Formats: sequence, C-alpha cells, structure tokens
Amino acid sequence: MALSALFLLIFLLQHFSINLISVFSADAFNEVSHFMGTNPLVQFVMQPILMFAVVFHFVMGFVLEIQNKKARPQKYAYYKGSANASWMSRNMAISGLFILGFLAIHMWDFWFPEMQYKYIAMNPEDPTRYFGELQHKFGDVWRVLVYCITFVFLGLHLMHGFQSAFQSMGANGSRFTPTIKTIGKWYAIVIPAGFIFIALFHALNGANH
Amino acid sequence: MNLTLKIWRQKNKQDKGRMETYPVSNISGDMSFLEMLDVLNEQLINDGKEPVAFDHDCREGICGMCSLFINGEAHGPGREITTCQLHMRSFKDGDTIHIEPWRAAAFPVVKDLVTDRSALDRIMNAGGFVSVNTSGNTIDANTIPVPKADADKAFDAATCIGCGACVATCKNASAMLFTSAKVSQLALLPQGKVEAHDRVLNMVHQMDLEGFGNCTNTGACEVECPKGISLENIARMNREYLSASVTGE
Repeated sequence: MALSALFLLIFLLQHFSINLISVFSADAFNEVSHFMGTNPLVQFVMQPILMFAVVFHFVMGFVLEIQNKKARPQKYAYYKGSANASWMSRNMAISGLFILGFLAIHMWDFWFPEMQYKYIAMNPEDPTRYFGELQHKFGDVWRVLVYCITFVFLGLHLMHGFQSAFQSMGANGSRFTPTIKTIGKWYAIVIPAGFIFIALFHALNGANH
Repeated sequence: MNLTLKIWRQKNKQDKGRMETYPVSNISGDMSFLEMLDVLNEQLINDGKEPVAFDHDCREGICGMCSLFINGEAHGPGREITTCQLHMRSFKDGDTIHIEPWRAAAFPVVKDLVTDRSALDRIMNAGGFVSVNTSGNTIDANTIPVPKADADKAFDAATCIGCGACVATCKNASAMLFTSAKVSQLALLPQGKVEAHDRVLNMVHQMDLEGFGNCTNTGACEVECPKGISLENIARMNREYLSASVTGE
C-alpha cells in the first residue's frame, strides 16, 4: 500500500509538472505531451507500471478496509474519533473513493479516446494537437467543476497519505519526521491547488479566445 | 454531583447485550472513576440487582487491568492516564456518561465491561521474550554495554502495560502499537538482537491470527495510550519486519 502510494506521489508530481508547462507555453506543452504520448518506454513500460500501481493501491485499500471493518464487528454506541485523530486519517476510504470515481471519468474522458485515436484508428501523429485538446476539454464548465472538487479530496487524501506512506515503510525518526510531515502538508496543498489553478486558467483563457 | 450513566450490560459471551441507564448521586470530584462505579455497584447490590462487572487491580495506573471506553474515548477524557487515574472532577454535575467495554473481534466481552484480552498474551507468547538459560549462572545484564539512547527508547517501549487501549481506540481495532512496543523493547537491546528476526515475524503473524485490524497511521493509539507509547515503535517494527522478511530464513 505504502510502496504504491510512494510511486503514485512521484507520478503525481511528474503529471503536475507537465500540466503546469501548459500555463507557460503551448509549444513546450505540445512537445512534452508528444514525447510522453509516443515514447515507447513511457507508453509500454511506465504506463503499465502506473496502471498496476493504481489498481494495486485501490484494491489493497478495499481489502484493508474490509479487514478493518471485520476487526470490530460490534460498533461503539459512542465513538469520539475526532478526539484523537484527524478527519483525513479516519476517512481515507471516502476521499479515495472520490479520487477513484474521478479516475474512472478521466479514463473514459481522456485515456480511452487517446488509445482509440492512436492505436485503433491509427491516426497519423500530430505533435501540435495536445494544447488545443487540453483547452477544449477545460471549456466544459461541468468537467472543470468535477475536476476541482476531486482535487480538494485529493488534497485531503494526501494530507494524511504522504506522511503515512513514510511511516508504513518504517521511516520515522525525531530528526526527519517533522520535515517529512511539513513537506507532506505543502505537497497536499500545493499540488492539488496547482491542478485546480491550471484547470481554471485554461477554462477562463479558453473562454476568452 | 449527580450523573446519569449509560452502561453496557451483557450477562455472558452469548448474550446480545444492551446499554442500560443508571442515575448516581452525591459523587465527589475527588473520587476516581472506578470509585464512582463502586458507589453505583453498592447501590445496585442494596437494591438487590446485579452489580456491573469491570476489570481493575492496582488502581494506580501500572497494572493495565482497568479498561473502559468512556464517552467515546479509551480510558475516558484526559491524556496518559488509565481509567483508575481518571477523576470525577473531569465531569460536570448533570453529565451523562457512556461506558462501554473495549470493542474488537479479538477482545470478546466476557461480562458487562469485562473483555477477554488474552489475545495480547498470545502475541507475547509468540516471541515477546529473550531465551536465556536460567540455570543459576546467568550473566548480569548490566555487564553488557548499551548506548544510553537505546536503553531509554527500550525503557519507554517497555512502559506499555498491555491494557489494550490502543486496540480499543483504533478505528481498525489494530494492535500494532502494543505489538510494536513489545518488539521494540527487545529489538533495541543487544540481548534481543539474536532472536530479532523470528520475534517480529512470529509476533506479527500471531497478531494477524487473532483478528486485529491493520494500522492506517491515524495516530489515535498514541494519543490515547496511558503510557504515551510512540508511533516510532510501529515504524521500527515495520523496519524490523521488512528486514526479517527479506533476510530471514
């Protein structure tokens, strides 16, 4: 669980960095997207690893949740969870479900059409198509709304998940744990807020064009 | 002060159990929580009713016998105390207090507020010891040099009294804090290193067999632990487990 989480943290940072390029330069974004979309190492090695990590992470999440529910068959009549643990840490399954729902939409909305375009319809590669497609997608207000809500939940998930992944891997010490927790908090705020900013930037910019 | 108690009553393991309401009056703020229950029980006995069964022994916070989930928290409100160290001054006149037994599949209710916590003993039996020949010529442990920092950490872990508050408070009913404290208290010392790999593998295996949940690092156990056992111990056990799984036979 923690290992797949650490991998997904790195992936998210990479995804964010590429998306952020779109704010500064359409050409650079097209170039990077073209590389990511056509490089065989990315397409046929990294992409399956990512798929596996995502599926592993949520399947393990469900398995652990079921085991944990079984470990307390009789609930307390009065349980004050907020007295000793954060909402984020107690509701990883809820924030995770929101993210999973978004991933399903993301696959249907982006990944399947992309696979269809490249590998089924066998369209000739156009290295300049990516920025326009991005702006077109963010032209839909509903898509942007769902996107923004999901990233709020991702922020909540990361707020606990970042430091939790390190703790599960055994990385806890008085010298570096405070640093990990601080980086985790910043990561959980900056990355989702950045994704929301990029979506809003293109939604507003696209509307102006 | 006058209070209303909502207490879990259950005749035996087979009984379904239910919450019952009892009023108690003239409770002094200087009484411990268990003394308040003694007052209730005297009242129940005088009325010809069955007293409430609850675990207790030393009543000074060191034996780990008292339990009780009070107003939604293990050992009630207050930090780094057991139920016997909880005083009634923590409550106000007219309060309603919910009192329940530890809830976990691994801690079946024996009667009322008494649970069977022998699952923790079985985890200890699986490896929470150092094999030493006690034939009469055992070497004094103090002759083996131990770095002060390690000795302190081992001692801190060893202050765990095995009350099970960590399990009771964890939303997953996980026993990771208990098991990790018992793994750590030996793993940090030279005497414990010889059996370190088998110890962590066997204790974690037994923990899983007992039906405890998984650790999701909410940190609730550390907050509610009457001895302030640190989450650092869980990370240490995870390291020990990872290392033993990779290098063990």
